[in-house]
Amino acid sequence: MGMMRRLPRFDYLAPTTLQEACAMLQQHQGQAKLLAGGTDLLVNMKRRDETPQYVIGLKQVSGLDYVRDGDTLHIGPLAVLHQLELSPAVRQKWPILVEACDHFGSTQIRNLATVAGNLCSASPSADMATPLIVLGARLKLKSASGERQVAADQFFVAPFKTVMREDEILADIEVPALSERAAAVYERHSLREAMDHALVGVSVMVQLGRGTTCQDAHIALGACAPTPRRAPKAEAALRGKQLTAEVIAEAAKTASTDADPRTDPEYKRQIVEVLTRRALNRALTEVQGK
Amino acid sequence: MTTQQTAPRIVPPKREYIQFTVNGIIYDVEVDLRRTLLEVLREQLGLTGTKKGCNDGNCGACTVLVNGKPMNSCLILAVEAHGKEITTIEGMAQDGKLHPLQEAVVNFNALQCGYCTPGILLTAKAFLEENPHPTEHDVRRAIAGNLCRCTGYQRFVNAILAVSQGKTKPDEE
Repeated sequence: MGMMRRLPRFDYLAPTTLQEACAMLQQHQGQAKLLAGGTDLLVNMKRRDETPQYVIGLKQVSGLDYVRDGDTLHIGPLAVLHQLELSPAVRQKWPILVEACDHFGSTQIRNLATVAGNLCSASPSADMATPLIVLGARLKLKSASGERQVAADQFFVAPFKTVMREDEILADIEVPALSERAAAVYERHSLREAMDHALVGVSVMVQLGRGTTCQDAHIALGACAPTPRRAPKAEAALRGKQLTAEVIAEAAKTASTDADPRTDPEYKRQIVEVLTRRALNRALTEVQGK
Repeated sequence: MTTQQTAPRIVPPKREYIQFTVNGIIYDVEVDLRRTLLEVLREQLGLTGTKKGCNDGNCGACTVLVNGKPMNSCLILAVEAHGKEITTIEGMAQDGKLHPLQEAVVNFNALQCGYCTPGILLTAKAFLEENPHPTEHDVRRAIAGNLCRCTGYQRFVNAILAVSQGKTKPDEE
């Protein structure tokens, strides 16, 4: 944590269309940074951790701050977290995203920080990452030379590093609807209730077949590996099984072996187990209550 | 003959004109691109009620309302405030009359040094407009991004809850 100084010099570019922004990124590849909410980039610049020659502000591009629902949910590159909290559709159909906003920064930060920016900054503890992973979100990456889609669980490659090339923009986040017999929840542990990074975050999505048989399960772990990641062994321990207390407890234990924490491994693995069990139980109750 | 040395070229910092509304007054200001909204409010407009604390978005002392929403002005480039409506603490009283939240903060003695007060008042104003009947937990969560170094949270919570109930004074003992 370096000292906070005034911002260093940079050239500010203000494109008015996404195409223009892509062209600028391509022209200044490696020397330009996109500015959306600014809650990460400006702090990094004040610390001199990042000193881009060009800052490309996206705020002049109109129509990027959408949260649009239908069969699927679309989150625009400039949509801030507070918009998710305010959206009745998100509250009703994708409540896990609201849960993830619940302990994210402060009111002020949730009014500034974008969902897309939280993903692109790629902190291992990013609160938006694991919910979008278990929901099966698809990320549209756009550049001057075309566009591609990446699944949220394939997006993160290392701490603070994603699959995005330097000329790409995260242009849309598409979130499929949960099926009738499915629920997704987020559990999080931090030392303080507010203004604190997650020490561990666990998202689960459970889809039931007949009775309490698990048809599909997604589990994603935050802050306990170099990147947010799926817990494949724990997921396999659930699929096709009746979700009894024993099966849930066993899967939760397995999730702790899917975790790969680099700090306090024993402690974090234990928290993963507890949070996974809690999340699975809560998701099960929610589906049964539907 | 000695060769004449040339001084390094001094490139002036880039500047740009912006127009924005602060407390109902339209300002045209030429700003250095590197300046944050906080720096321009304090240093160019002289509105020093907005405080600079941590300068990285943790303390909330620099909170202003941007189009009615509380934000950390230390995390906003001044150029990006172009066209926006800003409310600072100087704009909270109307026609010489304190806002009920300001009155309550005075009556509940909800301040010691006063450094966090402008930020908390603006956060609370926007919060009550969005959530007029909050629980105590809602209030605590709303002001979680405003650090008070004199440990005055309880009185702020009491004052904000009182205003949500139409009061600006503590109940008589």
